[in-house]
Amino acid sequence: MIVIVDYGMGNNYSVIKAFNRLGVEVKVSNNSEDILGADKLILPGVGNFKIGISNMKSSGCIKSLEEAVRRNKVPILGICLGAQLLLQHSEEGDVEGLGWIKGIALKFKSDLSQNKIPHVGWNSIVTSDKCKLFKGLPNNTSFYFVHSYYMSCEQEENSLGVTQYINQFDSVVGYENIIGVQFHPEKSHSEGLIVLRNFLDNY
Amino acid sequence: MFRPRVIPILLLSGSHLVKTTKFKNPVYIGDPINAVRVFNELRADELILIDILATVNKKPIQLELIKRIGKEAFMPFSIGGGIHKFEDAKEIIGAGAEKVILNSASFLNTKLLSEISNHYGHQSLAVSLDIKKNIFGKYSIYINRGKVKINGDIFEWLSKFQDFGAGEFFLNFIDNDGKMEGYNMEFSRKIVNFTQVPVVVCGGGRSFNDIKALISSGSASAAAAGSMFVFQGPRKAVLLNYPSKKDLRSLCEN
Repeated sequence: MIVIVDYGMGNNYSVIKAFNRLGVEVKVSNNSEDILGADKLILPGVGNFKIGISNMKSSGCIKSLEEAVRRNKVPILGICLGAQLLLQHSEEGDVEGLGWIKGIALKFKSDLSQNKIPHVGWNSIVTSDKCKLFKGLPNNTSFYFVHSYYMSCEQEENSLGVTQYINQFDSVVGYENIIGVQFHPEKSHSEGLIVLRNFLDNY
Repeated sequence: MFRPRVIPILLLSGSHLVKTTKFKNPVYIGDPINAVRVFNELRADELILIDILATVNKKPIQLELIKRIGKEAFMPFSIGGGIHKFEDAKEIIGAGAEKVILNSASFLNTKLLSEISNHYGHQSLAVSLDIKKNIFGKYSIYINRGKVKINGDIFEWLSKFQDFGAGEFFLNFIDNDGKMEGYNMEFSRKIVNFTQVPVVVCGGGRSFNDIKALISSGSASAAAAGSMFVFQGPRKAVLLNYPSKKDLRSLCEN
């Protein structure tokens, strides 16, 4: 079973709909039985990092997520805020994240050019050929981004894809069974659906 | 490579779509759900849907319709019109929308902006400004479909909205609406140079060249258009259309 972790941060509906389009049933839940019984976990999210992490704490799902992801090695896909929460720290609210991937989320700094903040729109990702998430897609494929904070991995090996906007940032991060994408696959036409399919099939 | 967005704007009048000229004379365009499906197939970057009657007629948001739109859209979309409380924004974002667009509420209840952006982040909140030039060449903001003039300097409002958490501005030039005579690039550029957040410009687009000129001159972060994407030919037959991949790619070359 695919479980979408529900911690009250936004776009569950779009994510459910994208999986349904792939013919996959998903369950939205934050209870530990569901999380520990999941084959795959999805951590979506839109909004503020500090509220996100405090919602996760108060929903009580962190302990079961730790057990499923860290001990049982259940694959998890973080999307947008959900990806940033996988990191150790964010400038947004200056708080700690889950810390499963070594890195931080930083705010884009205005470069006084046409590059406004937030970064909103379609942008391409340069990935390594080995990344199973983009199997079947040409390198430099574009996806939909909308964010003001970007991910920065401490170690290069955890950066699975990079994107250029104001500065180069890590748009795809990963460590073992843990994957995070800054873009919104559920809003990125057919290419986004391929990414979700690849996550289900290849992780 | 980052590519500026090209956004069809669809106007809801009750349960169907219309297209206006200078905010008046609505012409029937078709069914919104069908339009969302077509723009999915055409791979639109994003869609904007505005309920043009909600605020004027003091009607609530059309949640059932918005949910159906959310069910069909595999691209980002924003909803505007009739949003006056936090619950409205919550329902709309819950239906799968990326953004809510606030217009009159931004002026009448500015703290609603921070309520929404503190919870969902400023990227989920756009403020739309309907702008009109008077005979002396001075620009003013209007609400209620161009009927009520807002006092005060546009740039002061822009800074205030930015401080209250607006993550995007959506400019509509009332005089250019539906005219298909080109965008107001001059005033748009002033706004783009003033703001820190993206600026979407709408009103007057007639061809991809207009979009390209708007973007390459630095007059908009994203281009929106109504008539251009719903009409075809000199008789303005209804035909939903969208630029080709090749044209869109050319917007990166600035």
